[in-house]
Amino acid sequence: MRYRSSGLARFARNRTAAVGLGMVILIVLISLAAPILPLANPNATDLAIRLKPPGTAGHLLGTDQLGRDILSRLIWGTRVSLAVGLVATFAAAVVGSLIGIIAAYYSRWLDNLLMRGIDMLMAFPYILLALAIVAILGPGLLNALLAISVVNIPFFARNVRGAAVGLVRLEYVDTARLSGLSNARILFGELLPNVLPVIMITISTTVGWMILETAGLSFLGLGAQPPQADLGSMLGDGRDLILIAPHVATIPGLVILVLVIGINLTGDGLRDVLDPQLKSGALASPAPMTAVDHTAAAANRAAGTAGALAVSGLSTSFVLGPATVRAVQNVSFSVAPGESLGVMGESGSGKSVTALSVLQLVPTPPGRITAGSVAYDGQELVGAPLSTLQNLRGNRIAFVFQNPMTALNPLLSVGEQIVESLRRHQGLRGRAARQKAIELLDAVHIPDAEARLTTYPHELSGGMRQRAGTAIALSNDPDVIIADEPTTALDVTIQAQILRLFNELRVKRGLRLVFISHDFGVLSEVCDRIVVMYAGQIVETGSVKEIYESPLHPYTRRLMACVPMIGRAEEPLTAIPGLPPDLAQLPSGCYFADRCDLAIERCRAAPIELRTMSQGRSARCVRAGETAV
Amino acid sequence: MIPVVIGISIIVFLIMALLPGDPAQAILGSYATPDNLARLRSELGLDKPLVQRYLIWFGNVLHGDFGRSFSLNRPVINEVMDRLGPTMLLAGSSLMLASLFGLVTGTVAAIRQYGWQDRLFTVLVLVGISTPSFWLGLILVLFFSVQLGWFPVSGMQSITGSGGFLDVLHHLVLPAFTLAIVATGVIARLTRSSMLEVLRREYIRSARAKGLSERRVVYVHAFKNALVSIIPVLGIQAGFVIGGAVYIETVFQWPGIGRMLVTAILTRDILLVQGGVFVIAIIYVLINLVTDVLQHMVDPRISA
Repeated sequence: MRYRSSGLARFARNRTAAVGLGMVILIVLISLAAPILPLANPNATDLAIRLKPPGTAGHLLGTDQLGRDILSRLIWGTRVSLAVGLVATFAAAVVGSLIGIIAAYYSRWLDNLLMRGIDMLMAFPYILLALAIVAILGPGLLNALLAISVVNIPFFARNVRGAAVGLVRLEYVDTARLSGLSNARILFGELLPNVLPVIMITISTTVGWMILETAGLSFLGLGAQPPQADLGSMLGDGRDLILIAPHVATIPGLVILVLVIGINLTGDGLRDVLDPQLKSGALASPAPMTAVDHTAAAANRAAGTAGALAVSGLSTSFVLGPATVRAVQNVSFSVAPGESLGVMGESGSGKSVTALSVLQLVPTPPGRITAGSVAYDGQELVGAPLSTLQNLRGNRIAFVFQNPMTALNPLLSVGEQIVESLRRHQGLRGRAARQKAIELLDAVHIPDAEARLTTYPHELSGGMRQRAGTAIALSNDPDVIIADEPTTALDVTIQAQILRLFNELRVKRGLRLVFISHDFGVLSEVCDRIVVMYAGQIVETGSVKEIYESPLHPYTRRLMACVPMIGRAEEPLTAIPGLPPDLAQLPSGCYFADRCDLAIERCRAAPIELRTMSQGRSARCVRAGETAV
Repeated sequence: MIPVVIGISIIVFLIMALLPGDPAQAILGSYATPDNLARLRSELGLDKPLVQRYLIWFGNVLHGDFGRSFSLNRPVINEVMDRLGPTMLLAGSSLMLASLFGLVTGTVAAIRQYGWQDRLFTVLVLVGISTPSFWLGLILVLFFSVQLGWFPVSGMQSITGSGGFLDVLHHLVLPAFTLAIVATGVIARLTRSSMLEVLRREYIRSARAKGLSERRVVYVHAFKNALVSIIPVLGIQAGFVIGGAVYIETVFQWPGIGRMLVTAILTRDILLVQGGVFVIAIIYVLINLVTDVLQHMVDPRISA
């Protein structure tokens, strides 16, 4: 019930769909009212007043070649067109859906038989098949209706079968079968109601065509036969008169156009309601750089020293309708040359968004950088033009992403994806680029590097893919690599290999890492310092050794207890109870208080500051430093 | 491929077999002499069982023999072949126009999402896919041919005629454009939604993280991936365009197969209908074969 009301509400909110529905309803009402409207007899001929233009007294839209009143014929003709279109749609929907659910439900050979038959029908161009059917049955409105209906059956059969096959595999159909329900009860009681939205969607896409095509057949003289007239045959009659009396043909065509526009608008709205995944037009594609609030850009101060990556006071939010999700709040850190930083936190703690914010890769919409500064080598990046960012991206600062399967373009070979990066920043082309690409694949220990250039991502294993992703990141010898959980999607042995690779690159190339992970064990292998994030804030900073030996924030301690670590075997592994707070409705005090067993009254009273405890060591906890905890 | 051709041949054969009443009577009309009827019946093999008739018919078809058109009094295959060229010219140029406009406008609308271009696009696409093409053809004739006198109303005789290339082109502009309208709308709409879908993918973020220009991100990384879902629809649209040619050929008096079919149906020249439908269906199968090949070229994942 809730779904229905929200669906109706969504439909009503969709103004264009409401306009379309209004157009359709108006046309339907007028044509239904034809018998009671004060109209001239649509078939009364009077050659004395033939081909009068619109506006003639007594004939608002003029008369046709036999002196018949066009307005009257139009309204009666619309009735015929609507009736034929709707009946054809209904018939196609019933027969097609029946074929669809039966094919999905019954044995494989019946399914094969039915669907091969449907494929056969679809092997003909749509209108051609309708013509062939009319050729068999002879011209006539009823035969045209039948032809249009038959050629639309495949659309229903295919869509419904597609939806029903998924349902048949679900357990409840088996349950229904075991509980002794008859096949008919399962088909019409269980399956049919569930594929109804698919049927509605298919109707919404086909009904407009069907009205157009029946009008088309009538236009060709293969549909309505005189004295019966529909919009198409009126148009066909007027075709030869187009030079002397254009109104005879143009007016019925205009009505068809308006009617079909109305139907299509309504159909689009209906699809938005019934198919939330589709949401035509509601998909926002991300801009090439994250939007920056004016206030953030204005408040910038170019911080940081030469060669360093310095982030200060960075805040990034997602604006989702009325809610603002504060994904990153007032985050500051810096990475000096020769240093690697780990960012640790649960999923949803804001660590990835922080990393993406550095080069403004957070998708907008919905993301916005609302405050703060990012400086690289003394140059301010927040508010900088796209070209500045593009010159740094993949060049001085490169990314390695979590899932190499989705992060690599499936249609470009590994070689192309490396070479395009070399060409962009170093202008390398042809053989030089190829040579460099081979060197890079060698550097990340991909065997048989030369042959791998023409390999596509799907042909590589997960570990090899991540190596390829790393090779791309290395291509322009960057100063910093930001690696967002690069090992999480891999299994443990591969994980170890990739970590070894990062360590090797760090030592050999003097590479700086900003390494993001939920796993302290992983971070401890490749990082010098660690910042711990929770609910978008930094809650603790320190060296790997300090954090390992004496974590100050209760959250850090819980986080480290979640993952097995060598040398800590005696402690039981425990998940952190509770959930992180809703980032759109953050509490006023400590964000972790609700999950913390050390929380006291003071924790919830006011925002907690990140306190500096000692050189390079800070914590966002009022009880940090208490000897007892 | 071969099963599809056999399936098509069965359906086309059934056009004749399902004809109510006596096919010979239907073919020759009510004024036929008993002699002629008897001769045609044995020519069609109507005294033999259905399967045998089909095999004989299909054997003849394989030799290019679709029988003789009674209304034109010439072999069906000759008439069909004469008219195939104009139809392919019309449908081919329409499909190219539709693909070009559809891909370009759909892409622009996607990258200018919610901009004025996108809004204009949405309106145009809606009107495009809702327009009865046979009506639009008349309107265009009225405006461009009658009012402005830019293009001929009709009168295309043959594509190898005396007028030469420019004359053919001159006659082609209006019908090709009219026929392209609906397909343009469908292709453009799909291009827009595919591009929007693809632009949110992670590999687009990766491409941007490399510092690649937006041009390369959109036209290489995104567009190529969008093509994967667009190419099959181009094949389907080819079918719609060939079918739609029936209307456009009638409006513009274009000497193609579509107009031939309509005349053949109205004169009950069933053998001509069979021949025309069969040849077009085979061409449609070939087009779908071409789109399959294109699909393989774009997407390395399906070659396995």
